[in-house]
Amino acid sequence: MTMEFVINMSLFVFLGLTAFAILKLRALFAVVMLSSVFSLVSAGLFVLLDAVDVAFTEAAVGAGISTVLLLVTLSLTARREKAPHRAHAIPLAVVFLTGLALVYGTLDMPHFGDPNAPAQTHVAPKYINDTEREVGMPNIVTAVLASYRGFDTLGEVTVIFTAGIAVLLLLGASIREPDGVRIQTMDHHLVLRVVTKVLIGPILLFALYVQFHGDYGPGGGFQAGVIFAAAFIIYALVFGLENARRAVPGQAVRILLACGVLLYGGVGLISFLFGENYLNYSVLGATQVAGQHLGVLLVEFGVGLTVSAVMVSTFYAFAGQNPPISDEDW
Amino acid sequence: MTALIVDAFSWACLGAGSVLVLIGTVGLIRLPDFYARMHAVGITDTLGADLILLGLMVQAGFSLVTIKLLLIGAFLFFTSPTSTHAIANAAFTSGLRPLVADEETEREPAEEKGDQA
Amino acid sequence: MDGAEIHGLFNYWMVIILMMIGFYTVVSRGNLVKKIVGLNIFQVSVFLLYISIGKVSGGTAPILTGEPEVFSNPLPHVLILTAIVVGVATTALGLALVVRIQNAYGTVEEDEIQELDDEMEFGTGESKEDGP
Repeated sequence: MTMEFVINMSLFVFLGLTAFAILKLRALFAVVMLSSVFSLVSAGLFVLLDAVDVAFTEAAVGAGISTVLLLVTLSLTARREKAPHRAHAIPLAVVFLTGLALVYGTLDMPHFGDPNAPAQTHVAPKYINDTEREVGMPNIVTAVLASYRGFDTLGEVTVIFTAGIAVLLLLGASIREPDGVRIQTMDHHLVLRVVTKVLIGPILLFALYVQFHGDYGPGGGFQAGVIFAAAFIIYALVFGLENARRAVPGQAVRILLACGVLLYGGVGLISFLFGENYLNYSVLGATQVAGQHLGVLLVEFGVGLTVSAVMVSTFYAFAGQNPPISDEDW
Repeated sequence: MTALIVDAFSWACLGAGSVLVLIGTVGLIRLPDFYARMHAVGITDTLGADLILLGLMVQAGFSLVTIKLLLIGAFLFFTSPTSTHAIANAAFTSGLRPLVADEETEREPAEEKGDQA
Repeated sequence: MDGAEIHGLFNYWMVIILMMIGFYTVVSRGNLVKKIVGLNIFQVSVFLLYISIGKVSGGTAPILTGEPEVFSNPLPHVLILTAIVVGVATTALGLALVVRIQNAYGTVEEDEIQELDDEMEFGTGESKEDGP
């Protein structure tokens, strides 16, 4: 019973209790806050399981952006859940049977941490051994993400782009300013205004650091895009949506949205011009390693652009809605 | 010898930080009023987290990790009290008032405590 | 089932418990926002399952440091990284749909939406089965 296993077990128990509380509570604000706690504790668990990039992304995305979007949705819809009055037997039975089937499935799985499990002996040793020689960057996850599995990441950037477009279609991409301030400017909250002004610069700087340091440590385009968007979201929350729209206009965000995917796809096309396969970065530089570095840099920058633009435009779309209950009547 | 002092100091910081966070948690559960709970958690969380980070910094020695921990500590130092203030301010402007003892009930709890103790 | 097996499979069972809690939240609760939160719980538990599969005991984060070390498997990390961001994109889309449903129906409770839909389809002659 090593200390690591004890911490593992206690974090899982925390997660279980939080999930159960989310199930039982009817005050939706508490549910949203608990889901943010759930994401943060699971990020800690990811660090314990050696997945530092994943922990970074989960903390930024789950505990950050997801919570903001859920809160904005909550302010546009109800604040309490109706008491569930349906019969509970059938859902409980279905869930129980599914759980039993899954547990039966795990009895054949290799033990946790087994170095000879099939998952660790197939493709992973090739990635671990060849990254130094072929791609030349210390962070193996970034090398696999951007270079070895570049097509997957291209598809995923396109998925994020599509989701951003869909949210704009659903909630209105109107260029006109919303009439009636949807989010009140916090002019009388002096402490918040001052601290926000102090913090926005370091947050943006940190986003750039994470973006370009993804080759050497945990980081990369996704995390950097989310942190970048978080700076603009906090500016919009504290100083008002119109000020944020003046700083970063909706039209500019939409153009950046497309530019990220264009950059990613364009890098692949340039490889075509050199006579190689699509997304083969080796031809972009004098040596293979130099070409890979340049390719990964450009591709991650494209990812960061699209992710940050999607988050900002989604927030603009949500925040521009008119609430059914104005703040005074609530 | 210095390694022992360094270890002891970092143990003390980590222990003190954890104890502070634990005390804050007890306050969060046991205190009667919203503002009292914010007071407990806001103060102990900030100092507890910064003490834990200090203990980790001492363990890391003079390296890049220490600078990163220092930056995290500075960030927490600014944002944790600010968010406490934001929550308390939001509660106040939406009408929640602190629970204050008024003249009539002040003597009764003292009598009750005399009976139970 | 001996202690070593419980030790080896504990992670997976905890993940299954979390998955089932999320699943039950989606299936049994009527509020649309709560369903989306339950879906988030389900997603995170699936991520935990994949990352647990990729962990090598005694390993460390897959970042080369120049010294020969045992690394945890980087491939599940890559897959889950993309899955997390796609998950938030889906959540954002789901929440946008919830906002539009609120605008159209005036409620986000599933049974009230069903009643309003039935009224629109079949007229107001239908008897209400479960009243508010």
